[in-house]
Amino acid sequence: MNIETERVLSRVQKPARYTGGEYNEIVKDKSSVDVRVAFCFPDTYEIGMSNLGLQILYGAMNAQSWIWCERCFAPWGDMEEELRRASIPLYALESGDSIGEFDAVAFSLGYEMAYTSVLNMLDLGGIPVRSADRPSLTPLVFAGGTSCINPEPMADFVDLFVLGEGEELDIEVLALLRRAKREGWDKRRFLQAAAGIPGVYVPSLYEPVYNADGTLKEVITAPGAPERVKKRIIEDLDTAFYPTRAIVPSTEIVHDRVVLEVMRGCVRGCRFCQAGFAYRPVRRHSTEFLLDTARAALENSGYEEITLSSLSTSDFKGLPELADGLLSWCEPRKISLSLPSLRADNFSMSLMERVQKVRKSGLTFAPEAGSQRLRDVINKNVTEEDLLRSCRVAFEGGWNSLKLYFMLGLPTETDEDVTAIARLAGKVLDTWRQYAANKSRGIRITVSTSMFVPKPHTPFQWEAQVGIEEYLRRVKLLKAGITSKSITYNWHEPHVSFVEAALSRGDRRMGAVIEQVWRSGGRLDSWSEYFDFHRWMEAFRVCGLDPEFYVSRVRGEGELFPWDVVDLGVTKSYLARERRAAYQGAVTPDCRVKCMGCGANCLLERRACDE
Amino acid sequence: MNRLLFEKVGRAKFISHLDLMRTMQRIFIRAGVEIRHTEGFNPHPYMNFALPLPVGTESVCELMDFDLTGQEPLPGIPERLNAVSPQGIRVLDCYEASRKFKEIKWLDISAVMFYDKEIPGADQVQALITGPELIMEKRTKRSSAVVDVRPLIHSAAVLPTEGGLALRARLAAGEQSLTPAQLISAIAGNAPAFAPDHVSFRREALYDSDHVLFR
Ligand code: SF4
Repeated sequence: MNIETERVLSRVQKPARYTGGEYNEIVKDKSSVDVRVAFCFPDTYEIGMSNLGLQILYGAMNAQSWIWCERCFAPWGDMEEELRRASIPLYALESGDSIGEFDAVAFSLGYEMAYTSVLNMLDLGGIPVRSADRPSLTPLVFAGGTSCINPEPMADFVDLFVLGEGEELDIEVLALLRRAKREGWDKRRFLQAAAGIPGVYVPSLYEPVYNADGTLKEVITAPGAPERVKKRIIEDLDTAFYPTRAIVPSTEIVHDRVVLEVMRGCVRGCRFCQAGFAYRPVRRHSTEFLLDTARAALENSGYEEITLSSLSTSDFKGLPELADGLLSWCEPRKISLSLPSLRADNFSMSLMERVQKVRKSGLTFAPEAGSQRLRDVINKNVTEEDLLRSCRVAFEGGWNSLKLYFMLGLPTETDEDVTAIARLAGKVLDTWRQYAANKSRGIRITVSTSMFVPKPHTPFQWEAQVGIEEYLRRVKLLKAGITSKSITYNWHEPHVSFVEAALSRGDRRMGAVIEQVWRSGGRLDSWSEYFDFHRWMEAFRVCGLDPEFYVSRVRGEGELFPWDVVDLGVTKSYLARERRAAYQGAVTPDCRVKCMGCGANCLLERRACDE
Repeated sequence: MNRLLFEKVGRAKFISHLDLMRTMQRIFIRAGVEIRHTEGFNPHPYMNFALPLPVGTESVCELMDFDLTGQEPLPGIPERLNAVSPQGIRVLDCYEASRKFKEIKWLDISAVMFYDKEIPGADQVQALITGPELIMEKRTKRSSAVVDVRPLIHSAAVLPTEGGLALRARLAAGEQSLTPAQLISAIAGNAPAFAPDHVSFRREALYDSDHVLFR
């Protein structure tokens, strides 16, 4: 570390986030590798290092002897200021070299509110933010991650998108880059060739044409580029790279523990859930793989906690065996096991009791909607009985803190549905009164609501968001319905959700808004310290775009969407069918009960989903 | 009681004390070296550090007490821990502790004082801190007092170095102490022109009241 950087670090908060040098960090000799990648996470170190995808891809890329992948995170405001003042470019943690010197700069885009940080990080690295202003082959700026399922808002800034799971795809792209470097290709030639790799979307090869009313008319595709880009998946998870030597941060991060991914995808079909459709079809790790991996990851990290991760862990077929196997290894070593995203409907009493022996933390359930009617609309197949039964088990087991998550503004929601949330929370409280093992410590029930954001590639992609005013009215209504002191109501600010709604279903013109927000000081927009609603509204105005067009407009069923270029396997006609089912309040069984033909099976070589 | 002598240098100097405890705990677990946990409602590994090190200060003389639960031979411990440590943390020795931390009375520090503009004369700075008295305002949370900290400086030497001045000093440690940062602010308070723009500190060695190396 040079003295300039050291000086800067001696003046900022939490400097350990900017030093690198953690245990299991990978350092290579830069002269002996062919491609250097700066893997950038457009949020803080603490958030980024908690991201399993980052740890997986870091390991997968570095498993190739010819790639050296390093990490870079968004600096907090104080660090950014110091870097700019000292003219130190944003650097990768391992080598301390400026990200502008790398062959490739890869961004992980998990959520829309990180977009402005992408621009800020590029700029801090001395890299022009617009793809068109970067004529040379390197640094190649590419991006992947959940929010890339609508790549259009970031299309002006990113040279290419990798759609779907990156373990193999990223390396294919980098192999092509290695060849391009060796053979002296220019950027154009490289991007043309890259478009031929399945899963790669090169936005500069697609030109959107708009109707007079602002909707998309057509997309002109350059010769050689696929009409639609199909996302990549790993068919057999056990054979793909999985990190058992993950980096162990020397400073506390959000998820300071071993994260064990048990499966990808979700068999449920909650209609509001983007991840549920984006990660189809379900693929599982074998129990043997998971037990071996967990042991190795725990031994190599020194962590004292392991958590099972997936969209719906209680749907993992071998969960009892897995939990037994893990617990019998963990208990004598005083390692605790946590099981987030358990569903209220098949909550296993014995499992909970075993987990509780090691550590008892707060419980969280997400019924999402208060009434059965609305839960049927969103296909959240949890009944009130299920929920109350699970609560009873929890209270009998001594739990005395419970969080309940809901969304307000779901399609078809009425005031009756809103007040049903308060009634449901009241019933949970009654359940505690009736069954609590020990009432002396009291009970804390927290009800949280957020404003529903309609997301691309879901059955609600045609829907309007309810709007800030209306959300706040419903918040008030709900608040009035909650009378007990044991129930706390937290409602999330709707302004971020409004901007998120605009970005998530934005088209390519949104790039100008993102750039304008960034130029007027926007970054780290998922942090309330930095998010400024007026800055966003002002940017829309300056760019001549109406945010309501993206947020509050019900789309016609035949409308061409900016994200239709991305093929996730699940067909648009299936989503439309699901939307109609939602309006009829008709539930769709999960994939284990019956395959409803969503189309995701086509991503599998064997063309058939499990079960 | 077992004691570790370790260094915390380079990038690791930015690890805070709280994070260091967590990091140490994980190093022991990774190395498979079991240590005693405290009893009680929330058991945690027993680790006692001699003098908490400020963030940003390097040290080659950190001491930490713990108890092995097993019968491992102590000389093998450093190698096992070092194999699983992050960059910059290196155990130099592991031995049976015989003396108490409260016997630590003096601390050798080295510092490089960087100046962006004019570098003051090394002799003048040395003369200031080794003069008959060094008056400074010492602030605590509740009060502030003007004191002579000269008795808390056993010896000090200042030499020119690239970009600034190299300072080496033996300062009082323990209850009545003068921290390196306080020494710098005493210098700046008495002679604003000597105030450095940046200082990097390093702890070099610990001593008892007789100036015998403490270990
Ligand atoms: S193809 Fe059928 S089983 Fe597979 S994810 Fe779609 S609905 Fe589920």
